[in-house]
Amino acid sequence: MSVDGYLEAFRRSGSIVIVGASLAGLRAAEALRDEGFTGTLTMVGDEPHEPYDRPPLSKQVLLGKVPADHTALPRRRAVDAQWRLGTAATGLDLAGKRVSLADGDAVEYDRLLIATGVRARPWPHELEADLDGVFVLRTRDDAAQLHHRLKAGPHRVLVIGAGFTGSEIASACRERELPVTVAERGAAPLVGALGGVVGEVAAELQRAHGVDLRCGVQVTGLEGDSAGRVRRAHFSDGTAVEVEVVVVALGATRNTEWLADSGLGAGPRGIACDAGCRAFDVRGIVTDDVFVAGDVARSPHPLFGYQFLSLEHWGNAVAQAEIAAHNMVSASTDRLPHLWMPSFWSAQFGVNIKSVGVPPMADQILVTQGSLAEHRFTAAYGYQGRVIAAVTFDQAKWLDFYERQIEQAAPFPPEFPTVDRRPEGMRPVAAGFPDPSLPSHGPTVTLSGHSPTDRRVSFSPHRA
Amino acid sequence: MRLVVDLNRCQGYAQCAFLAPEVFTMHGDEALMYDPQADDRQRENVRRAADACPVKAITVEPEDAAAAGGKAGASRVG
Repeated sequence: MSVDGYLEAFRRSGSIVIVGASLAGLRAAEALRDEGFTGTLTMVGDEPHEPYDRPPLSKQVLLGKVPADHTALPRRRAVDAQWRLGTAATGLDLAGKRVSLADGDAVEYDRLLIATGVRARPWPHELEADLDGVFVLRTRDDAAQLHHRLKAGPHRVLVIGAGFTGSEIASACRERELPVTVAERGAAPLVGALGGVVGEVAAELQRAHGVDLRCGVQVTGLEGDSAGRVRRAHFSDGTAVEVEVVVVALGATRNTEWLADSGLGAGPRGIACDAGCRAFDVRGIVTDDVFVAGDVARSPHPLFGYQFLSLEHWGNAVAQAEIAAHNMVSASTDRLPHLWMPSFWSAQFGVNIKSVGVPPMADQILVTQGSLAEHRFTAAYGYQGRVIAAVTFDQAKWLDFYERQIEQAAPFPPEFPTVDRRPEGMRPVAAGFPDPSLPSHGPTVTLSGHSPTDRRVSFSPHRA
Repeated sequence: MRLVVDLNRCQGYAQCAFLAPEVFTMHGDEALMYDPQADDRQRENVRRAADACPVKAITVEPEDAAAAGGKAGASRVG
């Protein structure tokens, strides 16, 4: 059969399996149907719930404005799929084109999309993690349980890790007027994602809202009472605090363990794929029938030196899913590259934080508009003389302009005048990113080297 | 009725908060909070809000795409 003939038959009556039934999986399914795929579509998800949206979990849900089970994603269209929810995928047979499931069943595919995303990194001490009152926040069920506990009015909450999730949780606690301590190993909140200059603003915001923020410390132990409830946390500076609720917000782990022996280029940093979302195998050869999208993918981006980027971003999940779906049912010359501009937002302490580009790549920062002290500003990030990223605090309207600057590799520091330029915006300063080799909750953009055959990708042992 | 707002796109124009205040509210000067599963009686207001959004950030589920979910362990068409 000719290649064209195969594609036509596949589009008409082939079978596609999507592993991962969250944002990326759902949007891919819809896009496949939009593209005219009329074959069999199977959606495999480890959670029992239909696809839901995660950003509200750390905001509306913790504030009690929206119940956790009211977060199901709107469907753009009917997807006519076989749903295998509450059933994790446990293995992949590349040669046999078969995904095995936790219930002992298996599903065969002509083409496979992997969108298994990430999960919350648990507290590393298992006995302490099992204490009553110790939570993570990633899933709808996590959010429901945490909200239930916050509603009871604990006398103090401890948030471990001041990345975006941890900071949003602390913000929700303060809005509920709960005393909250935040422990961050780095020098400031958000430092891994936005650098030290902006991190200092985040620290000011937290303290201004009454957070007991402790930076440069680690939590060395969680202590329970005789009933197994958490009651005290110990810090590396020798202090301790009485707590009733602990939320572990130490970033995410990619869900790739089920692919460990599959021969796919999957590991702790995600699944390497080409710009067309096709997965690489462990030999660095691109596969024909396995595609990747969302948080679990890492793909080369021409705007950022063809580095392989892992983006735990809502918008990336949507955009990459649509590209992957298109490419799954298209001839090779009709395929599209995934060239999404990294973008994310966070709402915390009454401020809307938005970012475009890849701030952690930057060496310098310049506050081009507004003022850090007023917590309302636009900052451009520079890398080797070009604009690489921009971040706004309550100035989202300017961000599109900076996105164009990044796309054009415009010079840094910017050569143009800007509205509301202050004295602090006259000279770039060091952006203040921590040494990436130091352990932290990590940024939400991971730069992980140029080569898909990088041995660390495929062969590093699993970390806690 | 289910809806979602692409908050990458949202620039805080707050048109939605005026047109469907039961569903969309500003949280601070610029951050938007919304009810992802709004009461069906809000459908007309939400439609107006989605139409008025200058950056077209609001996605509302069409009525014929709803109830296409699945239950735990179920293998069914939806």
